[in-house]
Parts: sequence; C-alpha cells; structure tokens
Amino acid sequence: MDFERSLNPTEARAECAADGGMSRRTFLKASVAAGGGLLLSFSLPALRRHAEAAGPSTANTFAPNGFIRIGRDGRVTLLMHKAEMGQGVYTSMPMLIAEELEVELGQVHLEAAPPDDTLYADPLIGLQVTGNSTSVRGAWEPLRRAGATGRAMLVSAAAQTWQVDATSCRAERGTVIHVPTGRRLTYGALADTAATLPVPDKVALKDPKDFKLIGTPAKRLDTPDKVNGKAQFGIDVKVRGMKIATVAACPVFGGKLAGVDDRKAKAVKGVRQVVRLDNAVAVVGDHMWAAQQGLGALDIRWDEGPNARLTTADIVRQLEAASQKPGVVVRKEGDLARAMAGAARKVEAVYQTPFLAQAPMEPMNCTVHVRQDGCDVWVGTQVQTAAQAAAAKVTGLPLEKVRVHNYLLGGGFGRRLEVDFIAQAVRIARQVEGPVKVVWTREEDTQHSVYKPYFYDRLAAGLDEQGLPIAWSHRLTGSSVMARMLPSAFKNGIDPDAVEGAAEPPYAFPNMLVDYVRQEPPGIPTGWWRGVGPTHNVFVVESFIDELAAAAKMDPVTYRRALLGKSPRARAVLDLAAVKAGWGQPLPPGSGRGISLLHAFGETYIAQVAEVSVSKGGDVRVHRVVVAVDCGMIVNPDTVTAQMEGGVIFGLSAALFSEITLKDGRVEQSNFHNYRVLRINEAPVIEVHLVKSAEAPGGIGEPGTSALAPAVTNAIFAATGKRVRKLPINTAELHSI
Amino acid sequence: MVTLNINGTSHQADVPPDMPVLWVLRDVVGLTGTKFGCGIAQCGACTVHLDGQPIRSCVTPVAAVIGKKITTIEAIGETPSGKAVQKAWLDLEVIQCGYCQSGQIMTAVALLDEIPDPSDPDIDAAMAGNICRCGTYPRIRAAIKQAGKSRSTSGKGA
Repeated sequence: MDFERSLNPTEARAECAADGGMSRRTFLKASVAAGGGLLLSFSLPALRRHAEAAGPSTANTFAPNGFIRIGRDGRVTLLMHKAEMGQGVYTSMPMLIAEELEVELGQVHLEAAPPDDTLYADPLIGLQVTGNSTSVRGAWEPLRRAGATGRAMLVSAAAQTWQVDATSCRAERGTVIHVPTGRRLTYGALADTAATLPVPDKVALKDPKDFKLIGTPAKRLDTPDKVNGKAQFGIDVKVRGMKIATVAACPVFGGKLAGVDDRKAKAVKGVRQVVRLDNAVAVVGDHMWAAQQGLGALDIRWDEGPNARLTTADIVRQLEAASQKPGVVVRKEGDLARAMAGAARKVEAVYQTPFLAQAPMEPMNCTVHVRQDGCDVWVGTQVQTAAQAAAAKVTGLPLEKVRVHNYLLGGGFGRRLEVDFIAQAVRIARQVEGPVKVVWTREEDTQHSVYKPYFYDRLAAGLDEQGLPIAWSHRLTGSSVMARMLPSAFKNGIDPDAVEGAAEPPYAFPNMLVDYVRQEPPGIPTGWWRGVGPTHNVFVVESFIDELAAAAKMDPVTYRRALLGKSPRARAVLDLAAVKAGWGQPLPPGSGRGISLLHAFGETYIAQVAEVSVSKGGDVRVHRVVVAVDCGMIVNPDTVTAQMEGGVIFGLSAALFSEITLKDGRVEQSNFHNYRVLRINEAPVIEVHLVKSAEAPGGIGEPGTSALAPAVTNAIFAATGKRVRKLPINTAELHSI
Repeated sequence: MVTLNINGTSHQADVPPDMPVLWVLRDVVGLTGTKFGCGIAQCGACTVHLDGQPIRSCVTPVAAVIGKKITTIEAIGETPSGKAVQKAWLDLEVIQCGYCQSGQIMTAVALLDEIPDPSDPDIDAAMAGNICRCGTYPRIRAAIKQAGKSRSTSGKGA
C-alpha cells in the first residue's frame, strides 16, 4: 500500500510519538506536496510488538495488539480508536478487523479505546484524531493487519495444541478448524495459548477477491441503541455525585471577566456554586435548569478588550487588502504572465466564503472529576490524546493520571477536533468538589465556536481562441487552521489543507499559478469545518470553471471533459453524474442544472448535478441532487451513500443559509432561528451512484459537502444567468421582478 | 414535590414548577434518551409525548404535565407505531450520529398515529420542526412511509 503514489512530495520526516525505547519507532512521513494536500504515508504499523503492551490485557485475555481482545469466555472485543460521530466508523473499523480476524460482526463487542498516540495515531495525521475523512484511508491496511495478526496467532495456537502443521488449519467465524480431521477450537478456548505466542512480524492479507465482509452492505453496529434512548453520548454521562454547570464566556473573543455580582444567582434554588474563570463564569447546580437560571441571574461585567468594536466588514477589508499582494507560491506551472499576455480573452473574478459554525446537534459538553491524585474526563471528542493533554496541562497532573473516557458524538463536523471546551470544563472542575458536567447552551455553542475561516479568493484565466484556458491563477487569502492545529504540517508558509482542491484541481492547465496569503482575522478563532479546504476551494474552482465555459459559450460538461484528458476517473464520475441526471434534457423556465467535480481527500472523485428552480422573487429551491462517487475500494457501501446524502444536506444548509457575522465583537447569531439549517421540507431528492473500483480507498465523510455549493450556484446561473460569487446565496440578488 | 407519570411509572420530583420537563427527565429522573438541542423549541431533539401528542419538552414546564401521561423514547417501542418506526429506522439505516433521532422518532410516531399513510406534504408538515445536522431527511421520509405500510399491513392481518 503506497499512499504517496498520487502526490509529488517534498518529503519531511517527522518523528511521531516516541514509544518508550522500543526497537522501532513510528514515523509519520509528513510530506508536503508541491501542490498541497495533507500527506499521506505511514511507513510502520501503529501496532505494538508484544501482546502485553496492548494495555488492559489480563491473564484471561488474548490481546495481540491495541485493537483486539479475546477473552477465555470467547468474547471478542474490538477497541475503537476512532470517534463515532455518525460517519459509521464503529462499523467500518470492525469490518476491517473482522474480515481478517475471521469473526462475524454479530460476534464482536465494541469499546472506545483510551487515548494513546503510540497505539492509535492516525497514519495520515500522526495523532489519534478522527477527521479529514482519513479513517478508512488510514486504517485500511493497519487494521486488516491487526486482524490478520490475531488470526495467525490463534491458528498457531490451535496447531500447537493439536500438534499439526498450521497450514492444515483455517479460521472461520471465531473458530479454528483442523481441515483434515474436522477438529475445532473456539477463539476463547485458544486465547490462553495464543497469548503466550510471539507476535508474527509478517502476516499475509487476503486478496480482495476473497473478502467476505468488506464491500458488503453491513448493518451498522451503533444504531440499534440509537432508536431506544440507550445510546450514551457525552452529554448523557452519569457519575455518582455529579453536579451540572453551564457557562458564559466573554461575548467578545479575547475579553476578560471584570467582575460579577452573584447574590441573586446564589438565591436560586438548586444553585450550588458560582465559578469564576479569567474569561468566563460558570454556575454549578443540581440540574441544568438551576444552573441556567443562576447564570441568567448573574450581573456580569466584562473587560471586552481590543475587539470590542470589531465587525465582519473590518475583517473582510483586511482580507481584501492582503489579497492585493502576492502570497507564498503553492503551485507554479509554465509561464503564467506570458500565457496571460498572449490570451485571446481574459476572465477575472473574486469569490468569498463566510465564517461558519459547525452547530452539531449535541451542544459542547464535558464531564470532569478533578482529584488530588488524578482526573477523569468523560467526553465525546475527535481528539482523545489532545483532550488528555489539555486536562493534564490545566491540572498539572502527569498524562497517565488523566483518564479520558470517550463517548458517542452527537455530531462533530470539526467542532470536536477542538479542546477549548474540555480545558474550560477542567478549569471549572478544579474549583468544584466532586464531578461536574459542564453543558453549553445552544447560544454559547453558536457564539463560542471555532469557526470555518472566511476566505477571499482572486481568480484569473486566459483563454485561447477556442475558449479553453491556457492560463490559470488563483490566490487564496485567509486563515491557516493547520498552523495552529498541526504546526508540523504547516511548512514554508503553506497550509496544505487550506489549498487542497485549489493546488491540484482535476483539470490540466498548461500555465498556472496558485498562491496563498495567510491572513489571520482578529477577534474570531478559526478551525476545521466539514470538508475543510476543499469545501471552500471546490466552490471557487468549480464556479470559475463554469464561468470560463460560459465565456467560451460551451456546455459546462463538455468544457470540463475537454480539460480532463489526464484524469480518467474524474471524467468517469462527471459522465456518470451527467447521464444519471439527464443532463441536457429540457427543464421548465426558471430552472437549471449545475455540475461540480471534486478530486480530494486522497483519491476520491465525485461529481454532483443539482437541479434548481429560482422563483421570480429570487427564492431558490433545490429539487434534486445526483451524486456519482468513485472513492476507490468501498468498505460499507450503504455508509458511502449515507455520507453523500448527509454531505449534500450539510452543504446545502451552508450554501443557502449559514453565515456567522460579528458586530461589536460579538457573534450576531445565537440559535437555530437565526443560524438557519436545512429542514426536511427543504431537502432535495438525492440519488447516489457508486463506481466500482479496485483502487485504494479515498475519504468519504466530507466530499459530499465540499462539492455541493458549486453544483447549486452553477444551476442558479443556468436558471437565471446570474453568477453567485459569495456564500451564502443572497436571494435578494436573484429576483427577476 | 410533583408527581409525574413517565412511561407508565409514577415519579416524585422536588423541582420548581417552571422547570422544563426536559431537565426533569434528564437530570432528575435520569432518562437521558430525550435530548437537549436548542432550548427554544427550534430543533425538536427534546420531543416527548404528552397523552400521545408530541411536545417540545425543553419549553414545557413541569407544572403543565401533572396528571398527564409522558412517554419518552425509552418506552416508545412498547407501542405498535413506536415499534414499527424503530424497525423501519434500522431497516433503512436512517441514523448517522443519532443525537436528534429520539426526537425524530417521537415526532414520526405521533404522525403515524394520526395519519397512518402520510403523504410527502404530511411528512413535511409534521417533521419540519425536527432538525437533523447529519442530513438524514431522505431516509426519514422513506422510513416513515415504510413504517406506515408495515402498520397498515399488520393491522389488516390482525
């Protein structure tokens, strides 16, 4: 498995997570491609050599690595190092292990793994992180190897027991069979013996043609408890003696608490304590209602600091000014200036995409018990080890004294990659006797998110006599999330995520310049949001390509095809989406189809066609979205379909409605009435077509979102002749009466 | 002290009369299947049944439910519609993160109890108050129809 094949990396090798003087180390090849992209190579497995190193192994347990525990009683427990936030990893990860371990999905129990970068680092990120659509891409090989290693040891244990050659045995459904005699031993019966065997260096993985589970539509393992209220999300944690707290942070980012009069709050029945932090106040009570009532009764004075007058317009002005000057060159091909000078025609445009909150349905929350000798954290997080480190830092305790118990996530979308709310909960818990669950209100969640950065993009293209692009320039100006979150991947001034989808668009341009201007906005924290870089860049690139097709008076599909000679997979999804959507067939007046194409998240290709009508008053209705997906080999096909459907809806919320704005340094939106998201009556029909492929898996959690906006705005252009260059779509500009 | 009928069981709780049912269920009684999403009746995650009618428990004071029957997601599977909806939800793999789904299921059950064979506009009207950020709407629509069909089929058979 070579994840580097598609890239052209200038390699930088970063040592990742020393693993205690073992004979080998885990290296992350954090390679930054000339064209960007978060990079992609894992040279050694994240599995420890010795069974006993896997943690909670006991005399009764066979634990060949950090992912598998088989008890003497035959219970097979798989440890889930990824966070389940709806994307289906609590089914796809078990499928990868079970395929090679030779157990049925119905036989396994799942348990959230503890934080441990040496065991559980994502090979593509270098830390224990669930994000950037990497789970299946990264785990594809290591988890199958984890399963195969366990199987090989169980087979060896059986062969040793029977005094026969291991090659005469095979494993099936949690049992080893001696084929010539038909003798059988269950994995449970073999656990003790297997635990004494050395972990093999090399194990053979199945030929994909022999897969029994991978590629089949497996029922999800996490959903039965989600229809009856049994599923436990972070917010559902119950700890004996636990109090409930809710919190108000300074409404202006960077501001401080100046003072608080808590007399009225303390008079509220059920209020136990008022906790002051440097930039926030929390009220602790017997239940959320008491805490909320108490918070509302506080008289708080804030020192709002330097951002007290800040507005979104100030930030956009700064971005606009910064975008005037050249940035760091991300990709350069040919001679742009010469090609532009010789072009028959030049097209220019500016695109803007807003700040966005992730707004997962489960508001931020974290339960913490700080004691003298340790700290327990119960939380739903995408970053278990970062959560542990944050709690250790606040408490001053050593890492091993901080236990993180991970729970189901009521949505992540990037928000739970952050540990701000965890660190805050630990700060509060330090002042509270006993465990405390800190729950943010929706208002706090909306106004203290870590927001998708505002981006300001300048594009220019030179067209030849036929209208095809001979020169392409794209300057991106905006915040770097990577520089803050994963500094080791921010090299030479380039944020490989911020430029993903811009640096390597699927199209061939003979002369090309992509440059990046890092401009950090004051007074608003920026972070990852579903689809990260591509959600911004695919909108910009696919809209501008559509502009070029229009300038050339060519059909948007035909135009794109002409530029995809070197990308057969991209061309195939484009064609498939067009055919399935009935591209070219007549639509009623005021209606149109738009297409978009994405190549990102490793080797994932998708095309979307949106069918849209625009009323005379400018109202936009998206009737149908057709998605064609080639994400390489598929683990659980229904999950890919579900992620595309959900991705489309998530993207449509943003395209039509979502925008976070600042006034007087405060986020103006507060709850779902003014931070609108799509509802069922606004949802289009979505059709997903999967391409069968033998290529390595690409990411699927995010691309459905990333490709949506341009399909819709290109359809609006087809319907109205009006080009949308700024999101969310401003319906006031689309009216025709 | 108030006495509440929750899922057929009587519960006593020492809570103020204006306390929303949501927090009584979650933080006092300990039934956490009902979810907090917005606190202002915008998202539907907190939906429970009050004498069979769907209500937003985040804005319903406990004083308003005394003497009435509260049914939550934990017990909805004991009703024929609840069972049919849960089955359809799993058959069609509606669920992603699942956080909103308690509320979605409670609203869907109330819809099917009122309209056994709902049309798309019926579904839109009933379900538009329940937000799902994962975007499971197309499958919710299909699962409601399937649950409706299975109910009418089993009804005829009985």
